[in-house]
Amino acid sequence: MKPAPFHYADPGTLEEVLAVLGQEGAKVLAGGQSLLPLLSMRLAAPATLVDINKVPGLDAVEATGDGVTVGALVRHNALLHDAAAARVQPLLARATANVAHPAIRNRGTTVGSIAHADPSGEMTSVLALTDGHVTVAMPSGRQTVGWRDFFVGPLETSISGPAVVTSAFFPALPPRSGTAFAEIARRKGDYAVCGAGVVVTLDAGGRVASVRAAYVSVGLTPEVHDLTDAVIGQPAESADWAAAGALARTLVDPDTDIHASADYRRLLVGVLTERTLVSAAAEAVGRTAA
Amino acid sequence: MTTKLFGEPVRRREDARLIVGKGRYLDDIGHSALAAAFVRSPHAHARITDIDVEGALDVEGLVAIYTYEDLHGAMAEPLPVLIPHPQLTAARTGHPLANGEVNHVGEAVVMVVATDRYIAEDAAERIVVSYEELPVVVGVDAAREAAHAVHDEIPDNVGARHHQETGDVEPALAASPHTLSFTQYIERSASMPMEGKGVHARWDADDRSLRVYSSTQASTSVRAAIAAKLELSLEKVEVVAPDVGGGFGVKIVHPWPEELLVPMAAIALGQEVKWSEDRREHFISSAHERQQRQDVTVGYDDDGRITALDVHVWHDHGAYTPYGIIVPIITATQLVGPYVIPVYRVIVESVYTNTVIVTPYRGAGRPQACYAMERTMDRIADALDLDRAVVRERNLIQPSQFPYDQHLTFQDGRPVIYDSGDYPGLLDKLRALVDWSSVEDLRAQAAARGKLLGIGMALYVEGTGPGPYEGGHVQVLGSGKVLVATGLTSQGQGHETSFAQIVASELGVPIEDVEVTTGDTRRFPYAVGTFASRAAVMSGNAIALAARGVREKALRIAADVLEVDPGDLEIDEGLVQVKGVPGTSIPLRTVAVLSNPLRYAFDEAAKQATQFTTHDDTRPPVAEGDAPGLEHRDYYSPIRSTFASGAHAAVVEIDTQTWEIDVVKYAVVHDCGNVVNPMIVEGQVHGGVAQGVAGALYERMAYDKDGQLQNASFMDFLMPYASEVPDIDIDHQQTPSPLNPLGIKGAGEAGVIPGTAAIASAIEDAVGRRIAAMPISPTELYDLMRNDDTELTEAHRRRSGTGAMA
Repeated sequence: MKPAPFHYADPGTLEEVLAVLGQEGAKVLAGGQSLLPLLSMRLAAPATLVDINKVPGLDAVEATGDGVTVGALVRHNALLHDAAAARVQPLLARATANVAHPAIRNRGTTVGSIAHADPSGEMTSVLALTDGHVTVAMPSGRQTVGWRDFFVGPLETSISGPAVVTSAFFPALPPRSGTAFAEIARRKGDYAVCGAGVVVTLDAGGRVASVRAAYVSVGLTPEVHDLTDAVIGQPAESADWAAAGALARTLVDPDTDIHASADYRRLLVGVLTERTLVSAAAEAVGRTAA
Repeated sequence: MTTKLFGEPVRRREDARLIVGKGRYLDDIGHSALAAAFVRSPHAHARITDIDVEGALDVEGLVAIYTYEDLHGAMAEPLPVLIPHPQLTAARTGHPLANGEVNHVGEAVVMVVATDRYIAEDAAERIVVSYEELPVVVGVDAAREAAHAVHDEIPDNVGARHHQETGDVEPALAASPHTLSFTQYIERSASMPMEGKGVHARWDADDRSLRVYSSTQASTSVRAAIAAKLELSLEKVEVVAPDVGGGFGVKIVHPWPEELLVPMAAIALGQEVKWSEDRREHFISSAHERQQRQDVTVGYDDDGRITALDVHVWHDHGAYTPYGIIVPIITATQLVGPYVIPVYRVIVESVYTNTVIVTPYRGAGRPQACYAMERTMDRIADALDLDRAVVRERNLIQPSQFPYDQHLTFQDGRPVIYDSGDYPGLLDKLRALVDWSSVEDLRAQAAARGKLLGIGMALYVEGTGPGPYEGGHVQVLGSGKVLVATGLTSQGQGHETSFAQIVASELGVPIEDVEVTTGDTRRFPYAVGTFASRAAVMSGNAIALAARGVREKALRIAADVLEVDPGDLEIDEGLVQVKGVPGTSIPLRTVAVLSNPLRYAFDEAAKQATQFTTHDDTRPPVAEGDAPGLEHRDYYSPIRSTFASGAHAAVVEIDTQTWEIDVVKYAVVHDCGNVVNPMIVEGQVHGGVAQGVAGALYERMAYDKDGQLQNASFMDFLMPYASEVPDIDIDHQQTPSPLNPLGIKGAGEAGVIPGTAAIASAIEDAVGRRIAAMPISPTELYDLMRNDDTELTEAHRRRSGTGAMA
């Protein structure tokens, strides 16, 4: 359980980072919470680790009326406790609270988790559900990539060549909307057997206008499912959330692993959808009344 | 008197050192040592056709590569069958490095030694071993079916057929008013100490002597094994167990291949060599336990009293049998628990599979035994519509029946005779502690919240403290320091505290003056090891006897000096004094000085014992039959094991939407005789319960059909966190053992034993469906609940009248 030999670089500027990343087999190191175990188990053997922790300007959370920009060096724990970010997009803190354990949240980064593109990660689904995007720095300049184009497969993104994700942007929660996030794990802090994040938006009359959901550990890449049809036009307080859960179960295509069968995950998709929608709708009602 | 510490909750003296990182574990030793790494088999069953080391040779820092071809003499022979038994008719062990065939994923094939572990792994990665794959046997059922053989010459895969009976079971069953039969399964888990195994060896070429540090539970026997295998004289080998980060059974097995290969390389290379097991290695090349299939037939009367019990167990022992059939024997003999079983027959077929070896893991066959017996009790209660506690109560051995002979032969080759106990007392305390009669109210309250609630209980009797012996050495120095040594090892049990309490109490000295050393063959070369809840019973009593010997000698010497009768003296706070005459005293440290007549005054205190200071010239300085020094060595060797007992109850709540299982209450009543340190005993119970809950709800070894372990990491092997372990309510009962001077019984394993049985019972009570395979996870419970073929309990039919899914 010792990594294969690798070179280590910790440049102080983004330009230098990109220059080193131009070398064959170079890989970005941010929080290291996924990468280092892979190295130790020799499941990954990059020629060079490019540590970006000395690059200035990547550690900020910026919350504006439009949304929240999370820099590449923002630790999960910082995002979890960022009150401004939580006001603009409450899903961020709610989901981050489910990321692993405090020790991992203290080192691991939100953007690193997204760039790792693990379908068991919370923040990939949150990026999708909020319809967010990432900003990628390349030698040719910066580029924004929407979540749909970014996630290609499990542990696989559309980014290639010398490139580093410098931030992720999560749009603000729309008006008259509420969110919730819940997951079920075998042990507290483990990767979820199944997780669910939802956004409910009401019309001016307090009736359901839109319901969207994204799941964790379900499917190979993040997907957003539109569940509006099950409950459209129903009063938020008495909508048939179970019907939305039932619809969700028909839309997902989970896998079986040693911890859960596909059928069990589908069951949980229904249960978590219903449970999260109840609390998201309550939040939406509160925000609509306000 | 502050020195009477026996029975007091003294804080563990070792904890401060261990918690702040001042422990000295295996990997803390020998920073400049060469490092060993292993090429291990990726196949569960294969012939080795070629080993090509060429690619590794140009790795800078490589020192040596060893394959089976490099093993000579005794090293080239199979590893020992540590515990032979006449019924172990087809024993097989591996070699230190695979000899042409591998029988499980993880078996060591090549050892690489390099300047550090990174480089050793780099080189190991470049060694190409070619294999011809052979058919793979995984699981007890595949082994029973024997479509393929693990070892060619054992076509039925049966290594041992262990059989015991106390009467003629078939007529007894035929004559029983009722009988029932069932089959159930229990899965594999493992010890999983936080520190894996590890070995460090240093060869002194000038002295031609070897010092080995090993993270072991049996340093004296590791020493003997190394001496035998490396063909060294015993006095040239010393083995030390440093701080050991947990054992739970896996480190009692020895010699592990690495315990021989690392010293072999150290001698050959003339340099220190170290191997520190990593977690993946621990999963695939150490040991597991627990998988069994159990077929039970029980006869009983209208009141639920058992008339006959017939049990057939298939026990998966993995690829080899280095530890003999100890685990099957324990299952067979501890199965009867606290009950009167008029006629009992047990057959355990111990079978080979292409998986990691099976050797004792805390509980060692008892959790399986308890699961068989206690689930039998549950089935009888269900069939007769009786309270599960009542059925148990009616079958209990009564306090008046001790000593109670179960007419079985235990793992130590000695009769299973329960020395003492009060099993009805345990059951009464348990019912009160868990409020057994309130379950229907709790069930209704839970139902109102959409939850299914159930309760279960399980009782056990645990044979602890088997022989053959342990020893203790106690020595008082002229400084007043009291050195205590015993040969068995410590893996976190708190021996530095509990053994010191015993000596402080027996000798009358402050505990601060007592220093305890365990597991160091330089200090105490005769020992057996730490296993089977035996350290307190065996070494505790041996140390007490040694301390009594020191006390007697101290009183004799002091009586001489003070010119009184030894019977008039007492020792307290390190002072020998005349009872009732304050001021007429002599410090114990002075007695120690005087005990060793001297020519040379090497320090101030020594002057008192030199030849011109002492004046009695009528006797030789050291009397005939006496010895210099205030020290004593003694041994404790029991006639047979002592039997501890206990009763656990679990209350579970099950979410009917997600089928998550929550243990909301866990109650323990525990009887280990006299208690040296109740805080340590409670800690042992807590740890045991954590592993019991783990085995019931979380842990399993997920082998696929090819013999690949799919969850060989802490990410996927679900050892519970503190967040998964319930709060534990404990009540104590003390029925002293009449077998040993201190009246104590073992406590180390008790907590783990009833977990699976009690939790299975509670889940079954909650869902009304038969639970016949453990552990159980939410996804499996979901499958069970929606499967129309799942057997419903009679209680469920009575409760609901329908049998519909709750």
